[in-house]
Amino acid sequence: MSLHATTSQTVGPYLHIGLTWLSIEKLALAGVPGERISIEGRILDGDGEPVNDALVEIWQADSRGIYGGKRFRGFGRSATDGDGRFRFQTIKPGRVPGTDGKMQAPHIGVIVFMRGQLKHLVSRVYFPGEPANANDPVLALVPAKRRGTLIAKKRGKAGALEWNVILQGKDETVFFDS
Amino acid sequence: MPRITEYRRPAAGTQPDYLFPRYASTVKRAPTQPLVLLPHTQTELTGPVFGYGEVKRSDHDLTKQHAGDPIGERIIVSGRVLDENGRPVPNTLVEIWQANSAGRYPHRIDQHDAPTDPNFTGAGRCLTDKRGNYRFVTIRPGAYPWRNHYNAWRPAHIHFSLFGQAMVQRLVTQMYFPGDPLLAEDPMFNCVPDERARQRLISTLDWETTIPEIALGYRFDVVLRGPEETPMENRKGDKR
Ligand SMILES: [Fe+2]
Repeated sequence: MSLHATTSQTVGPYLHIGLTWLSIEKLALAGVPGERISIEGRILDGDGEPVNDALVEIWQADSRGIYGGKRFRGFGRSATDGDGRFRFQTIKPGRVPGTDGKMQAPHIGVIVFMRGQLKHLVSRVYFPGEPANANDPVLALVPAKRRGTLIAKKRGKAGALEWNVILQGKDETVFFDS
Repeated sequence: MPRITEYRRPAAGTQPDYLFPRYASTVKRAPTQPLVLLPHTQTELTGPVFGYGEVKRSDHDLTKQHAGDPIGERIIVSGRVLDENGRPVPNTLVEIWQANSAGRYPHRIDQHDAPTDPNFTGAGRCLTDKRGNYRFVTIRPGAYPWRNHYNAWRPAHIHFSLFGQAMVQRLVTQMYFPGDPLLAEDPMFNCVPDERARQRLISTLDWETTIPEIALGYRFDVVLRGPEETPMENRKGDKR
């Protein structure tokens, strides 16, 4: 049997009613092994205005590179605030294999929903100063001058990272056709 | 099951583009740079699992969330979640949200001059059973105006969010009602050129799930992306 996937439609402006019952901004409970990190960022539209009605979902492996482990599910969901800001507290994921069996650099999968998008955006967050980035098979598919948009930046305190979603313009974030 | 290596890419005309100027808000929010084709690695081929710990079994009934009954036409909305190969997607989270029967959302930015209903919030969720079935009890939502263009009205719809078993199956869509004259004018419904794809967004009146003297049933099946099928000769040992 061959069917076609149902057509995607926007979440619209009232997404909060249906989706924020499940808000997961702290992914790692105490005792879950791994390096504690926080990722915060803003979503900005083509005018540089904050997108205050978006929802960001993340999906990541645990510190050993295992998806969907018993103690760490690895799923997060954060709605942007009035400033277009989302936030997660989690652990740095371990490395997982790519399609050719070669290990990928540590990364977090990202999906973004918002009014004004008929289908969600797909992106990834990579880690700054990570030697494995140089050989990551997915980063290698991204034009060199745009790769930086996928790599989080260090902020003040240890483990604090910033990663922004720029929808349009010269610093436009790399989005994937997944 | 064979090891999944890649999910199917959409058939032409069945999925929207990001930029669709008839829906005005896409103009400042659509990526302008080319997308990068993403191979499907473990990150894409896995996804979160939810259970009846987070989801309450009563969350499927939107008419029983408050002290009284909501105003409006009670309906049953049910269907199956399948993948493109026709296989049911079991135990997956389905989240819905919708306006009340007057076309109003209880949301701080909804300024539509229509009454809110103290007995209706408009959010529900459930997990599909092992055959991929889901079922909600709700009330039929009203149409509502929006500011996309002069005299713009959204046809009655229910928002659906689904996860499937892999992040590449993640889907948010909207279910519409049969025979709604507003569909012809709605930019969202008309965001794809494939007529059959649009028709699949419209539920059907379903006598099987209609409960006599209680509620009309509407059926809405949802199809998530399916794995590329391996050629027949490679399928030995694939017990299904
Ligand atoms: Fe809506």
